[in-house]
Amino acid sequence: MDINLIIFASLAFVMIVAALFAVTSSRIMRATTELLFVLFGTAGLYFMLHYTFLGAAQITVYAGGIVVMFIFVVLLIGKGSVDVTQTSLRRYLAGTAVALTGMVAAIYLINTTDFQAVNFTGDGVEMKELGMTLMGTGKYDFILPFEVMSVLLLACTVGAIMIARKK
Amino acid sequence: MNIPAEYLLILSAVLFFIGVFGFFTRRNLVSLLISTEMMLNAVDINFAVFNAYCHPGHLEGYIFSLFGIGVAAAETAVAIAIIINVYRNFHSIHIKRLKNLKY
Amino acid sequence: MEYTILILILPLLSFLLLGLAGKIMPHKVAGTIGTLTLVAVTALSYYAAIEYFAAGRDASGVFAETMPYNFHWLPLGDTLCIDMGILISPISAMMLIVISTVSLMVHIYSLGYMEGERGFQRYYAFLSLFTFSMLGLVVATNIFQMYVFWELVGVSSYLLIGFYYTKPAAIAASKKAFIVTRFADLFFLIGILIYGYYTGTYSFTPQTDVLATAGAVLPTALLLMFIGGAGKSAMFPLHIWLPDAMEGPTPVSALIHAATMVVAGVYLVARMFPLFIGYAPEVLHIIAYVGAFTALYAAIVACVQTDIKRVLAFSTISQIAFMMVALGVCTSADPHEGGLGYMASMFHLFTHAMFKGLLFLGAGSIIHAVHSNEKSHMGGLRKYMPVTHITFLIACLAIAGIPPFSGFFSKDEILVACYNFSTPMGVFMSIVAAMTAFYMFRLYYLIFWGKSHYEEQLALYERGACDHEPHKPHESPARMTIPLIILAAITCVAGFIPFGEFISSNGRAYTIHIDKGVATASIILAAAGIALATIMYMKGESRITAKINQVLRTPIKAAYHRFYMDEVWMFITKKIIFKGISAPIAWFDRHIVDGSLDLLAKTAQKAGALIRPMQSGNVQTYSIWFLAGVLLISAILFFL
Repeated sequence: MDINLIIFASLAFVMIVAALFAVTSSRIMRATTELLFVLFGTAGLYFMLHYTFLGAAQITVYAGGIVVMFIFVVLLIGKGSVDVTQTSLRRYLAGTAVALTGMVAAIYLINTTDFQAVNFTGDGVEMKELGMTLMGTGKYDFILPFEVMSVLLLACTVGAIMIARKK
Repeated sequence: MNIPAEYLLILSAVLFFIGVFGFFTRRNLVSLLISTEMMLNAVDINFAVFNAYCHPGHLEGYIFSLFGIGVAAAETAVAIAIIINVYRNFHSIHIKRLKNLKY
Repeated sequence: MEYTILILILPLLSFLLLGLAGKIMPHKVAGTIGTLTLVAVTALSYYAAIEYFAAGRDASGVFAETMPYNFHWLPLGDTLCIDMGILISPISAMMLIVISTVSLMVHIYSLGYMEGERGFQRYYAFLSLFTFSMLGLVVATNIFQMYVFWELVGVSSYLLIGFYYTKPAAIAASKKAFIVTRFADLFFLIGILIYGYYTGTYSFTPQTDVLATAGAVLPTALLLMFIGGAGKSAMFPLHIWLPDAMEGPTPVSALIHAATMVVAGVYLVARMFPLFIGYAPEVLHIIAYVGAFTALYAAIVACVQTDIKRVLAFSTISQIAFMMVALGVCTSADPHEGGLGYMASMFHLFTHAMFKGLLFLGAGSIIHAVHSNEKSHMGGLRKYMPVTHITFLIACLAIAGIPPFSGFFSKDEILVACYNFSTPMGVFMSIVAAMTAFYMFRLYYLIFWGKSHYEEQLALYERGACDHEPHKPHESPARMTIPLIILAAITCVAGFIPFGEFISSNGRAYTIHIDKGVATASIILAAAGIALATIMYMKGESRITAKINQVLRTPIKAAYHRFYMDEVWMFITKKIIFKGISAPIAWFDRHIVDGSLDLLAKTAQKAGALIRPMQSGNVQTYSIWFLAGVLLISAILFFL
C-alpha cells in the first residue's frame, strides 16, 4: 500500500466527516470548528499536490481569516445565533434527494469520463514562476485578473464597512 | 504520488454536495454561509486537481484556486456585514424572518 | 353665378368662428356676427334667385338647371362618382329664398328671444351650422351630396333640440329625434346605394337608357328614399320625434321643425319627381295614401293638445302631409293633366314655411310673455300683446285657407290636384283642411280670447288668496315683433305670386287659376271650422264644449295621447327588438365572444395563481428548484 494513498484516505475521511458535522451540527460554534477541519484538510490536499503556496494561502486566508470572521460574528450575535434549528421535513427530504441525486450523477460522470490525465509528475510550482505569471503581461499571464482581484477586495472592504457600520 | 485523479475529484464532488445539502436544509444565515464556503472550497480543489493532473506545465487552475480563495474572503466579508445588519434590524438571523422578497 | 358658393361658405365660416371663438365673445358680438352673416346670405340668395329667373327660359321653354360648381369628390367606379357642387334649379332657387328668409327672421328674432341665455354664442353657432347644411341640402347636385347634408341637418337639429342640455326632457327629445330620423335615413342610404349600383350614377337626372336598364329596381330604391324622407318630414308612423322636438328653443322649432328641415322630405320627393313619375307611379300613390293618413291623424291629435307648441307641431305634420299628398296625387308630368300637384306642393311648401314660421315665432313671443307652454296659463292675451295677436291671427287665417292670405291659394291648388286624382281623396283632404281651420282657431281663441289667466291670478292676489303677484304679460321687444310683422306681410301677399310661372312639374310656365267650385267649398268648410271653434272656445270653454268633451271622452283621451303611437313604438323597440334580437346578440357577445377571451385570461390567471406560491422569497427553495432543474436538463441532454 502506498503511503500517499493512506494519507489521502485519512484526509478524505476526516474532511467528509467534518463536513457532515459542519452541515448538521445544531451548535453554530461547533459547525464553524468543523468547517475549519475541512479547510485544513483541503490545505493538506494542496500540499499533497505539491502546491505549497496554495496550501499556505488556504491556511492563512481561509483558516486564519474567514473562520476567524465567522467566530467573530457568532460571538457578536451571541445567543440568538447559537440555536440552529433544522428545516421542515419536506424541505429536508427534498434537499437530501436533490443533493444525493446530484452527487450520484457527478460521481457517475467522473467515473465514466476520460479526463486524459497525464501522470502526476509531482513538480511543484516555484515561487518565482508563480510571481512572474501573476505579474506578467504576456500570454498566460494574469496581471489583469490580479489587479481586478485587488480592486474587488478593496470594494468588499469598503462595502462591508458601509453595510455593517451603525447609522 | 499515484492517487488517481478520480479519487480527488470524487472527494471534491462529495464535499460540494454536502455543502449543497447544508445550504438546502440549514435555517440560519451563518450556517448557510458555512455551507457556501464549503462548496467554494470544493471548487477550488477541482481547479487545483485538474491543473495538477491534466496540464502540469500550466498555472491556470492554480491561479484560479488562488483567486477563488480571494473571492471567498471578499464574499465572506460582505456576507458577514449583511448578517450583522440583518441581526441589527430583525434581532435574529433566522432565515424565516427574511421573507420580504416574497412575491 | 360663381358667387353662389358664398351662400354655403359664409354660414360655415360663421359657424366655425362662433363655435371656436364664441366663448370669448360677448353675446352681442356673437349675435351680430350670426345675423349679419345671414343678412349677406339672404341677399346673395335673393340675388341668385332673381338672376336665375331673370335669365329666362331656354328654347324648350324651361328654366335650365345650372351648375356653377361641381367637382368630383369621391370616384367610386368608372361612372359612379360622388360630386360636390351647387345646382341651381327652379325649386332650389325657391328653397334658397325660403330658407334664407326664415333663417334670417329667426336670427333676428333670437336676438330678443334668447337674450341673456347661457350658451347664446353656441346657439348662434348651431344656427349657422344648420343654415349651412340646409342650404347645402337644397343646392346639392346629386343624391349623395344631398345625403351628406341631410345628415348634417340631422346633427344640427339634434344639437339645437338638445340646446338646453341640462333639461332631461330636452336630452331625451334630442336623442329621440336623432335616432328616429337616423333609423329612417338608413333606408334612405340603402335606397341611394341601390340607385347608384343599378344606374351607375348619383345624379338626379340620369340618362334615359341607364334608367331603362335599372327600371325594375327603381321603384324599390325610390320607395326606400321616400322612407328616409318620411323620417325627416315626420310622416306617420315616423312622426313621433317631431312633437318632442319642441323641447328646443322656440325659434329653432320655427326654423327647423316647421319651415325648413321637415320639408326636406318633400323636397327630396320633388327633386326625384321625374323619376317617380316616370318609373314608379305606384310609389307616388303610396306616398299619397301615407300622406293623407298622416294629415288626418295629425289633425285629430292637434285638436286636443294643450301645449301650444305641440298643437303647432301636429299642425306642421299635417301640413307637410298635405304637401306629400299633393306630390303623391300626380299622375303625369304635365301640370294640365294631373301634374298640378307638384306645383301645388312646392307652392304650399313656400307659403307654409312663411306662415308656420310666423306661428312658431308668435308662439315663442307668447311663451316669452307668460313663461309657459300650457294653454291654461294663457287666455285673453289680445289686450296685452297686440302685435303678436294680429300677426298670429293672419297666420291662422292663412293656414285655415281664408283668402286673400297665402295659405288659401296653395291649399286650393292642392285640393284641386286631389279632386283631379279622385273624388274621395279630394273630399278627404277637404275635411282635413276644415279640421285645420278648427284646431288653429281653437288654439287662437284659447291663447288670445276667453278668460285671462293673468287677470284671474291678479284677482286672487288682490283677495289675498295667492301670495305672489302674477307676472303681467307684455308685448315682446321690437327685435321679436319685427320678424313677425315681416313674415305676416309675406303671408298676406305670397298668395298672389304667380308661382306656376316659376315652378311646375315639367318646367314650362303654368298659370294658376282658381277652381271656383273647389275654392268655394273649401272656404265654406274652413269657415265652418272657424265657426265651430268660435262657438266652442271664444268665451273660454263653453257648456257645449264641456258636453262634447263628456260625450267623446274616450276618443279625446286617445287623441290626447296621440293614439298611443309612442307606446306602440316603445313596445316594438323595447319588447320586440331589444328583447327578441338585441338581448340574444348581447348575450352571445357577452358570453361567447367575450367568454372565450375571458377564458384565456382566466387560464393565465389561474396558472399564475398556481405557480405564485413558488415565489416564496425563500432562497433555499429557489436553490432546490434550481438544482433540480439543472439535474433535469442534464439528464435530458445526457439521455437524448
